[in-house]
Amino acid sequence: MTDPVFSESGEPPSVHGGESVTFGKGRPLHLDCGIELEQFTLAYQTYGELNAEKSNAILACHALTGDQFVAGAHPVTGKGGWWGLMVGPGRPLDTDRYFVICVNVLGGCMGSTGPKEINPATGKAWGPSFPFITVADMVRAQVMALDHLGIDQLFCVLGGSMGGMQALEWAVSYPERVFSAVPIATAARHSAQNIAFHEVGRQAIMADPEWCEGNYLLQGTHPHAGLAVARKAAHITYLSEAALRRKFGRKLQDREALSFGFDADFQVESYLRHQGSTFVDRFDANSYLYITRAMDYFDIAAEHGGHLANAFKSTPVRYCLISFTSDWLFPTAESREIVRALNAEAANVSFVEVETDKGHDAFLLDEPEFFKTLAGFLDGAAKRRGLKG
Amino acid sequence: MSDFQPAAGGAGLRVDLLAIANLIGTNSRVLDVGCGDGALLQFLADHKDVDGRGIELSQAGVNACVSLGLSVVQGDADADLANYPEQAFDYVVLSQTLQATRNPRQVLLELVRIGRRAIVTFPNFGYWRIRWRLLMGGRMPMVGGLGEHWYETPNIHPCTIRDFEVLCSDLGLSIEHQRVLDDEGKAQAGRWANLFGGQALFMLRRH
Repeated sequence: MTDPVFSESGEPPSVHGGESVTFGKGRPLHLDCGIELEQFTLAYQTYGELNAEKSNAILACHALTGDQFVAGAHPVTGKGGWWGLMVGPGRPLDTDRYFVICVNVLGGCMGSTGPKEINPATGKAWGPSFPFITVADMVRAQVMALDHLGIDQLFCVLGGSMGGMQALEWAVSYPERVFSAVPIATAARHSAQNIAFHEVGRQAIMADPEWCEGNYLLQGTHPHAGLAVARKAAHITYLSEAALRRKFGRKLQDREALSFGFDADFQVESYLRHQGSTFVDRFDANSYLYITRAMDYFDIAAEHGGHLANAFKSTPVRYCLISFTSDWLFPTAESREIVRALNAEAANVSFVEVETDKGHDAFLLDEPEFFKTLAGFLDGAAKRRGLKG
Repeated sequence: MSDFQPAAGGAGLRVDLLAIANLIGTNSRVLDVGCGDGALLQFLADHKDVDGRGIELSQAGVNACVSLGLSVVQGDADADLANYPEQAFDYVVLSQTLQATRNPRQVLLELVRIGRRAIVTFPNFGYWRIRWRLLMGGRMPMVGGLGEHWYETPNIHPCTIRDFEVLCSDLGLSIEHQRVLDDEGKAQAGRWANLFGGQALFMLRRH
């Protein structure tokens, strides 16, 4: 998403600082594709203090292009994290009260095992031989990380977009380990339109001759052009027409008149080019392919006999669904479908639609009503959980 | 929609809502349909340890409720009650909303399907002031919880207490409890209820 975390030049950054856990051969991860991942690493960050009862842990799940650096200065770029406004003392995810964890997803490129990391069996980068992963696989891996931290039950699991998919997957598959869940700007399954956009992005990467059938790390090439196109196309889907009009309109970039050429005449073009070029500095092209595929495969109803309400049978989890009026990538109707399924089980659910023109990206931005809603929901849940104020 | 004032000793709760709260047992499961700003749900959570849920039409109302930590979804009585399972709640409350639904008959049936008991309040169109206005002024009355002009009121299905009793009988619903309130929230009863009661409160269940 519009992530303020990026470096201005060079290779995908190597990650310094932060914590990680490596699971050895004795504890393989059973992936949905049928493969057992024998050895893998998860990189994660924590904020705040875990209380003695280990009852105040919040797992924040990042979106497609996010990472574990939720808040504070990023160790590579020095810039703020993707939810810097949300996490910290006195913020909705109040680090004076809650222990906030974020794990770089399996398949990611910021320290967790993914296609750019070394396959211990071959000593070479996984590249295109990395196994296909699903959102459920990401969550299974996170469960092992939580076991490693000794946390039996999360006070809350939350996230936006793909982070919301993970939050749903957690609450549905491990209801006894989740006290509350906040899936934001998300859906119970990836829509045909969203799969279509992902297909365009993937084809752009694979059409880049420097992709080298996924072996660019071995070949010493960089599919930057393809990845930048994928990012630009995706970025448009994160915004709204109204926001683009408000921000850019048809304003020209550093010029008084049209150039009658294919230069970035318009500010919106210049903005997209910037988004594309900064993204390729911090993200791995193969990770982009694998993670978008994981989102495409996400379909909770399909895993529960085609009936979404089955996924929520007798659920003890307190849910809060949040959507944004101008989000056309994960529109309110998607959240409402989840709410209806939860109501069919008389589950404990809240649902708020926030009025904004900022599109899908609104969940990363300063939206006072969104913050107020989330803080209020967490506070209400914390009282029920017996957490001190 | 209501002209009621906060009740004495009711922690700021409106008298009509306090009358509802008094009917609800502790530790019960409650669905408040048209929960507004969540005042009743908050009161029930604070004073009766109720596991409460709400449905509210206005997004501003929903957002305010969730910010208070209440479990509320955006929705409306006509469209969304059908999603809920049978007998999932001890009480389903429909306060000052029945007259604004498109299909009050169906809504009543849904209430007693979802809840073991339904608590319904509505402005009584048989109230003497309303009759007087219509009789003497010859215009649509705008009193007793029916405060808007005919062309802008959301109250498309007003009824009298007697109308409501007949409908309950037609639907085979038992009236477990019934009271009427005047403007000050004082109870009125007896055969003159339909004339002197501005507001009606019924607790119903299926036979």
